[in-house]
Amino acid sequence: MTNSRLLIKGGRLIDPAQRIDGTMDLLIENGKVAEAGKGLKAAGAEEIDARGKIVSPGFIDLHVHLRSPGQEHKETIATGSRAAVNGGFTTICTMANTDPVVDSTTVVEYLKAQSAKVGLVNILPYAAVTIGLKGETLTEMGELQQAGVVGFSDDGAPIMNAGVMRRALEYSRLTGLPILAHCEDKNLTGNGVVHEGLTAARLGLAGMPAEAETVMIARDLLLAQATGGRLHIAHVSTAQGVELIRAAKAKGVPVTAEVAPHHLTLTEEKLAGYDPCFKMNPPLRTSADLKALREGLQDGTLDAVATDHAPHSVVEKESELAHAPFGVIGLETAFSVLFSSLAEKGLLDLSTLIAALTIRPAQILGIDRGRLQPGAPADVAILDPEAEWTVEAKALVSKATNSPFLGWRLKGLVTDVVVGGRQVLCNRQFVHGALSR
Amino acid sequence: MTTPTPWNRKDLLTLEELSREEILLLLDQAKAFQEVSLRSVKKVPALRGKTVALCFFEPSTRTRTSFELAAKRLSADILQIQPASSSLVKGETMLDTARNIEAMQVDILVLRHNASGIPMRVARAIAPSVVNAGDGSHEHPTQGLVDLFTIREKKEKIEGLNVLIVGDILHSRVARSDLWGLTKLGARVTVCGPPTLVPQTMEALGARVSYNLQEELPKADVLIALRLQMERQQEKYIPSLREYTKLYGVDREKLRLARPDLVVMHPGPVNRGLELSADVADGPQSVILEQVTNGIAVRMAVLYLVTVANARHPEAPQGPKDLGFEGEIPRPTPRSAIKMASE
Repeated sequence: MTNSRLLIKGGRLIDPAQRIDGTMDLLIENGKVAEAGKGLKAAGAEEIDARGKIVSPGFIDLHVHLRSPGQEHKETIATGSRAAVNGGFTTICTMANTDPVVDSTTVVEYLKAQSAKVGLVNILPYAAVTIGLKGETLTEMGELQQAGVVGFSDDGAPIMNAGVMRRALEYSRLTGLPILAHCEDKNLTGNGVVHEGLTAARLGLAGMPAEAETVMIARDLLLAQATGGRLHIAHVSTAQGVELIRAAKAKGVPVTAEVAPHHLTLTEEKLAGYDPCFKMNPPLRTSADLKALREGLQDGTLDAVATDHAPHSVVEKESELAHAPFGVIGLETAFSVLFSSLAEKGLLDLSTLIAALTIRPAQILGIDRGRLQPGAPADVAILDPEAEWTVEAKALVSKATNSPFLGWRLKGLVTDVVVGGRQVLCNRQFVHGALSR
Repeated sequence: MTTPTPWNRKDLLTLEELSREEILLLLDQAKAFQEVSLRSVKKVPALRGKTVALCFFEPSTRTRTSFELAAKRLSADILQIQPASSSLVKGETMLDTARNIEAMQVDILVLRHNASGIPMRVARAIAPSVVNAGDGSHEHPTQGLVDLFTIREKKEKIEGLNVLIVGDILHSRVARSDLWGLTKLGARVTVCGPPTLVPQTMEALGARVSYNLQEELPKADVLIALRLQMERQQEKYIPSLREYTKLYGVDREKLRLARPDLVVMHPGPVNRGLELSADVADGPQSVILEQVTNGIAVRMAVLYLVTVANARHPEAPQGPKDLGFEGEIPRPTPRSAIKMASE
């Protein structure tokens, strides 16, 4: 397949990295982008008719929980990969909070082997910052980098010890890889389950105050400034968090940040029915936070959109809100939700949205993807901006259905996906053979 | 003959969602049931042939007993479901348990759970009526109704009264139900306690927030003291029980600041010497035992009205007449100032 030629004809090519936005053909040869231009011809090439559609670099998700190894009842590499493709993602980065934790090269090798077996999308693993996510001893970051990890994160188990975080950031000067921080002061969140605000007071639920996030963002920004380490703030959810990051960037602190689709579109009021499909960490916050996050994404304070795809089984999510696990899935709905709720309504530039899903995360990882320049790996997502669809549990290909967007009517649909020059999704159908190579 | 009634809910889940009219109807129905407990034969056949499951996933004596007596005085059959160890009962089995109870053709599920929101989710999942007997820190609607009923008995009205709720507001389901009920009926509510246990957000829910009991006592017509949950002390919300009692414990000394006609209430059980001194709990201004007595009539009203509403539901297998003995059921005499909608 990768030796063949593929011509994507007549689409609206949007490649923010090259500042391209116009009707153009895209020629792919030997798994790489060959050329973009008008009226391209390629004898013997397979063709995709993209008229009326948007042709974008394949999306890159900085924050995915694939649950493998150890929690395959929630998601597997195969089902998570399919979910990624369904949402236009060609590269996904996997979090280390698996069982066993990704804190040794052995587990990294296992992940790489399993990912190669599935072979649907590019799976780039993170390793833990500390052994066993305990927040005590740093993992062997140098060796893990050689084994192929693209960053380090104790996501889900925030590093409470500032000394450990400082060492991790210092050490990142050796690897150059980002430390992805889940900013949460556990002493402030305690047994909280939702944002500490009006909804928590009404519903009688233990709250997680905004300061639990902002205190840690402030700490980590100061540590990044002091050490020159590579800090990436995961899933920013607070207005004040955005402010702190904006100020730090203005001072030249080496920090990047991501925001999740659910924090850009939903607020704490959604918890009124006690539905655990709206329970995640950080929690849904207020409309003022939502507004600040949108502004932060538009002005570049928040670099990337990352889903924090966190699959859980129906049984786990059926338990009472206080005991149900945190997290929602997001791979299959991310683009459509943000396209419908923000881009279509003029609240966010389409090119900014696509950049946040492509070139910006690629730059954070330092990988040669997320753009359609000649010579780059041919990862492409083709999107139908007019198609409308409804999010239904039974139509999701993820193993999990814990989406906060069930029932939403969305505009904008991923129709075709190309990974490394190989078409894996064709007109909403998985290409035969793409699943079990 | 059924009286025209605005009560159309198959469940009683919160006071927040009820209208003023619905609350008044419940109180009026409770008033009508009050005399049943004074008869030598304390029984009416209102729920004969109906099964009430008392499902308490958290220890409770008072509320469970009150519901049990209420159901018995309505001639219902009672099913007690008490998990051996409530702490082991997780929500994933909760919906399962509820579906099983439904499959046994139970008509009403009275549900107590230590997690906020469980009765709402169960009510959405099953056809029988669900009565919230207290969920986590969320609501305790029947206790709220008992408090409203008791205040109305004592003060003849609720509108315009100053009601002072003292204690751990943050974790109190009684405080939330009281607040919704009292404000809907026109009372002014002040919540008072240490700042760590009185969230500022209560202001947005319609209460005044105060940290100074001595300042508030002279203005109050009604004082509701809440039980301080000893286990919360482990979470360090307050420096010590000693300081709490000194600042917020209601004793005879502090009561000197209050009006002579102040009514003192407590949802029970009282930590004597902590939130209330023994002489106040047993004193002339205390109506704590009347609250307990009123609880039965209030819960009879709740069980009765949700059953009638559920039977009237188009999908229900029976019509209201199948309830039987309609003529013998005490009818409410609306004593509220507001006019019931005639249609």
